[in-house]
Amino acid sequence: MEQTITQKILARAANRKFVNAGENVWLNVDVLLTHDVCGPPTFDIFNQEFGEGARVWDPEKVVVLPDHYIFTANEHAHRNIDLLRKFAKEQDLPNYYDVGTDRYRGVCHVALAEEGFNLPGTVLFGTDSHTCTSGAFGMFGSGIGNTDAAFILGTGKLWEKVPESMLFTFDGEMPEYLSAKDLILQILGDIGTDGATYRAMEFNGEAIHSLPMEERMTLTNMAIEGGGMNGIIAVDEITEAFVKSKTSKPYEIFTSDPGAAYFSKTRYNAAELEPVVAKPHSPDNRATVQSMKGTKITKSYIGSCTGGKLADFKLAAKILSGQKVSVPTNIVPATVKVARDLETELYNGKSLKSIFEDAGCSIALPSCAACLGGPSDTVGRSVDCDVVVSTTNRNFPGRMGSKKAEVYLASPLTAAASAITGKLTDPRNYL
Amino acid sequence: MESIIQGKAFVLGRNIDTDQIIPAEHLVYSLSDPEEVKLYGKYALSGVPPAQSGLPLGNIPFVREGSFTSDYTIIIAGQNFGCGSSREHAPFALQVAGVKAIIAESYARIFYRNCVDGGFVIPYETAARLAETVKTGDELKIDIKANTVENLTSKETYELNALGDVFRIVEAGGIFAYARKENLMAQS
Repeated sequence: MEQTITQKILARAANRKFVNAGENVWLNVDVLLTHDVCGPPTFDIFNQEFGEGARVWDPEKVVVLPDHYIFTANEHAHRNIDLLRKFAKEQDLPNYYDVGTDRYRGVCHVALAEEGFNLPGTVLFGTDSHTCTSGAFGMFGSGIGNTDAAFILGTGKLWEKVPESMLFTFDGEMPEYLSAKDLILQILGDIGTDGATYRAMEFNGEAIHSLPMEERMTLTNMAIEGGGMNGIIAVDEITEAFVKSKTSKPYEIFTSDPGAAYFSKTRYNAAELEPVVAKPHSPDNRATVQSMKGTKITKSYIGSCTGGKLADFKLAAKILSGQKVSVPTNIVPATVKVARDLETELYNGKSLKSIFEDAGCSIALPSCAACLGGPSDTVGRSVDCDVVVSTTNRNFPGRMGSKKAEVYLASPLTAAASAITGKLTDPRNYL
Repeated sequence: MESIIQGKAFVLGRNIDTDQIIPAEHLVYSLSDPEEVKLYGKYALSGVPPAQSGLPLGNIPFVREGSFTSDYTIIIAGQNFGCGSSREHAPFALQVAGVKAIIAESYARIFYRNCVDGGFVIPYETAARLAETVKTGDELKIDIKANTVENLTSKETYELNALGDVFRIVEAGGIFAYARKENLMAQS
């Protein structure tokens, strides 16, 4: 029986040769990810259900990356970090990246890749809906709640329904005015925010395999915005080079069989696509930037797991080099490594950091920051009737803080071009 | 497990994401400290824009000012209820507010799993577009064995989709209780 890449990975984790879409299987989990918002309640449930003194199934496989509420005076947020620290100590967790130390990394989905936890063929679950990001590495990654995570902590296992797959192929070369964000917003506009519910979203085609890993992560990151269980891209030389530069751990490469059954197959020609935004208040509310040009904004925000990677800032710098922003513009590197890279990565002989500073942007410390609003003192949090153009991944009402604010999701190119004019602006005007 | 759930309906639209169910700024409270837990009830559904809160009229707060629980115990919603963030605080907040069941046209996967595996509220699906016919405040009666919901206010009865495989987890009260019953836990 022919299978998709997702079926093959789940079959391996279930100790089976084949799994059928639709059947519930028990999976052996390779890595469990958690952070400061969902870690403490997960550990609580673990202690309650397995008893005080119980040990996690495999300390090496538990990765704890605080990233949500880091640079805030909120005492409850600090307490959550203390709870992570306590549990990591009790359980001798080697992969805890403590706040306020040189081990702090930043946004978990990007840090997982940097630290070599993303291994092709493996199964990752995480207490964050954007855990699907890691699927860019030819692996299965999916978000879960605290109870399921606590179950994994104690047993190393979880049940999951094997998803049907939807295939999205992008033919041709990737135009310079598009980023992966435009591709995924295009798809979301076509399928809606529940178009992939309980399904895998598989991406392939020449344009996809020409992208660097970070851009691929933008695509798989937003599989959840279509309701997808996971997003996945098969391994190629670019993937292997990235993985080998981070870790020497072994991994297994799976690919979809030519005759594998798909729920749907959709083809796009990358050259025919245009820069797009998702209008308020849903990631599937797509419009071309051209059709929205002139819409006034009060803020531009470039950051998060989907839009705060080095590749995102390289795109933004292309636009902002030698320009001035006319609205407050937040640059929020996803991780400490990305923040450092902004200082060393050059464009036209200037560091990205100085390009952004000279353009009048403010650069924040690495964390999830205002992507999800956060405590009231969070950098970049929307206030009142803000109109924000943002490289983040979600724009449901109130997501970035204020219930009255409007958020337009866009590529780093579009967010940068719009920051210059103070209006939604097609990046082709600056390329 | 009770066989009948009866209570007042609170009606919402489609794509109610978990940021609307419990806004991110409130995720800092403890989920085990009894005093702090109450705050999840207080702020349940506080992120829903007022005009969409309590349809068809709107502008009906789910939890009254100064209260920690809601008068409404059954949520009626359209498609894709619980989309967005994976926060288990969302079904937990609804449970703390007093919600027993949700009847939606469809759910986002993580929220659905959280409802079932955490044993917080029962997530029913129905093909009937109840969000268009039920009014906030209508008295509803869910018959768990028959998989039906009766609107006692309008005297109409609708079919609910059977819970299928997950009924046994719901019946046990969550994945841990179920796993113990079925001897699925490697360590206990």
